[in-house]
Amino acid sequence: MNVTAIILSAGVMTVLGVLFGVILTIADKKFKVEVDPRVEAVRACLGGANCGACGYAGCDAFADAVVAGKAPVNGCSPSGAKGAEAIAAIMGVSAEAEERKVARVICQGDCGVAKERYNYDGYTSCATAAGLAGGPKMCRFACIGLGDCAQACAFGAIKIADGLAHIDEEKCVACGQCANICPRGVIALKPVNETVIVSCRNTDSGREARAACMKACIACGRCTKECPNDAIHVEGGVAKIDEAKCTRCGACAKVCPCKCIIDYLDSIE
Amino acid sequence: MTPVMQTNSCGNVLLFFVSCVLSHNFIFSRFLGCCPFLGVSNKVETAAGMGLAVTFVMGLASLFTSAVYQYVLYPLQLTYLDTISFILIIAGLVQFVEMFLKKSSPALYKSLGIYLPLITTNCAVLGVATLNTSAQYDILSAVLNGVFGALGFLLAITLMAGVRERLETSHIPDQFKGFPIGLFIAGLMSVAFMGFNGLV
Repeated sequence: MNVTAIILSAGVMTVLGVLFGVILTIADKKFKVEVDPRVEAVRACLGGANCGACGYAGCDAFADAVVAGKAPVNGCSPSGAKGAEAIAAIMGVSAEAEERKVARVICQGDCGVAKERYNYDGYTSCATAAGLAGGPKMCRFACIGLGDCAQACAFGAIKIADGLAHIDEEKCVACGQCANICPRGVIALKPVNETVIVSCRNTDSGREARAACMKACIACGRCTKECPNDAIHVEGGVAKIDEAKCTRCGACAKVCPCKCIIDYLDSIE
Repeated sequence: MTPVMQTNSCGNVLLFFVSCVLSHNFIFSRFLGCCPFLGVSNKVETAAGMGLAVTFVMGLASLFTSAVYQYVLYPLQLTYLDTISFILIIAGLVQFVEMFLKKSSPALYKSLGIYLPLITTNCAVLGVATLNTSAQYDILSAVLNGVFGALGFLLAITLMAGVRERLETSHIPDQFKGFPIGLFIAGLMSVAFMGFNGLV
């Protein structure tokens, strides 16, 4: 065994390592860049999920933009009103509270309700299934229910049950990742106080829609007749609510023959 | 008695340039650096930024690694330590360059800075260092090899980004969208670059 070779090789590597260590330590001190302490303070108030809901590349980029005055203090929806207040306090401005939004699945077509076109047995991904003969469900507007959204959600707010995505309102921070990833565009961000929602997007004729799903909007117009405020109308084969006129009374939800209008207040009680 | 390394020169600089950029392109004929080639080629602007950062780092890495190899490892008969010491040198160098740029040139740091940590683990950088030693290039040739090779990388990644920008607006079957069509194009471009093989 050649001891000199061992010592020599270990020595050379040690010298190289120590040399770079020393150089980098000196460089770290010498080339230190002063960072605005507010950036770190703002960064600490954020959710830290790097979800991108603010439109910046990540939490760090958003914090930079806030301190530079380019981004609004309430731009981070995951950290909510509390976070906005804390950031506003750091920046010395007042936060205008923005209405909290929540993601809603505009579909009720779970296993018993929506008819299947075929039995999908492939890779568990909505995007893949959507590309295969129009998706496994008869309705081409339906939630595919393979959970692309649940995977995309950084906050664990989406669960798949019976082939349909369900959103936990408490956990949802309205970052919009699920809405972006959904190949069908079934998920929409809606203000949390819009409690009456037409939970169907099927624009086909009543007969076709009914054939595809028991809870599809058949554009019968009974909701329009029942509404005391003229706030709901059938447009292009599906009922739409005019949020400016709607008083969330829930009358339409009670008469809908297909139960495709959901009154969230009612369902909570 | 310490052995002195026999070194080769690269010869004609122009020929060497053509050889590095076209016929021995790092991506298309050596298949090194494919990760950033596919990962950072969505926009021409970012692709060019990445390419320039790679050029910078590969030039510097070639200089330092070949110097260490020729004047430290070879005379001490420790050439079997080349890979591990090259990795150490490249990582330390990139860290240093990042700090230096952050302080001295914020504008350059903004355009290159985000790519620098990525380049530390880029196989093309380690690849050029080992190629330099196996060809026994002298230091100047090694640096030229690094810079020219990286320019070939810059050419390849910029072309790729240009193609991918056009693809954004063109009709592609759903199954091929995104990454799959990127691989197709990389393959076709590689075949096209094989046409330069007879040049040098």
